[in-house]
Amino acid sequence: MACFIVPATEAIVTTVAAKCIRHHEKQSGSKAALPFSEKLGWLNKMLWGGSALLAFEHLWHGEISPFYPFLTAAADPAETSVMLHEMATSGVAMALLVTAVWGILTALVTRKQRQAQQNVLPMKQEVQDS
Amino acid sequence: MTLLLTCFAAAAATVIWYTNKKARTLRVGSLALMYWGASLMWLVDAAAEYIELRDAFFTPAAANMLNDTYLGLSVVALGLVIWLIAVLIRDPNGTVRQALLKKHG
Repeated sequence: MACFIVPATEAIVTTVAAKCIRHHEKQSGSKAALPFSEKLGWLNKMLWGGSALLAFEHLWHGEISPFYPFLTAAADPAETSVMLHEMATSGVAMALLVTAVWGILTALVTRKQRQAQQNVLPMKQEVQDS
Repeated sequence: MTLLLTCFAAAAATVIWYTNKKARTLRVGSLALMYWGASLMWLVDAAAEYIELRDAFFTPAAANMLNDTYLGLSVVALGLVIWLIAVLIRDPNGTVRQALLKKHG
């Protein structure tokens, strides 16, 4: 009914957070190969993209209208409570699942980065020693 | 059906991103992330539907399946349009800028 609103709201928050973090990284002169703001950008793309495509699905099924109150379920109080329940269950689950998958992806990439750095450091030391 | 089609589109975009350097320049990764995000969201939707319908979930009516297929294809097309607009705006190869400068120059 309107479950896509929850991940879309999260997308707004993470987009603002990514902008703030990018600004902070620039100020601190961070030279990381893959800064955290970029990793947060992956989550933004998943949330914005997913929400946009889901909103299209809701439009397809006539659950969104171009006129006020925009959500057809919001016009009827009985349907509104069903909509809110769906947002609280499916919507929150969607946002959590996408965030969890992003978290696993980020953890894996960070681990790979550390491994690559550890492999590079002994090579640098060998070059210095010789 | 929508979930399946979006999953296939996400997998295809990921493979193209992984194997093709030019695709990475054209930000196919963003398209893949968009499809993966939608797939995960529809997975939750499918799980909720399964809890509600149980066995009937796996035997949808032909008309519903056809409608879902059209929806899935439309979703994939919409994703491509969004990605295409983003690529044209960002213009990573400078093609649009060059074309505009040529016209005005």
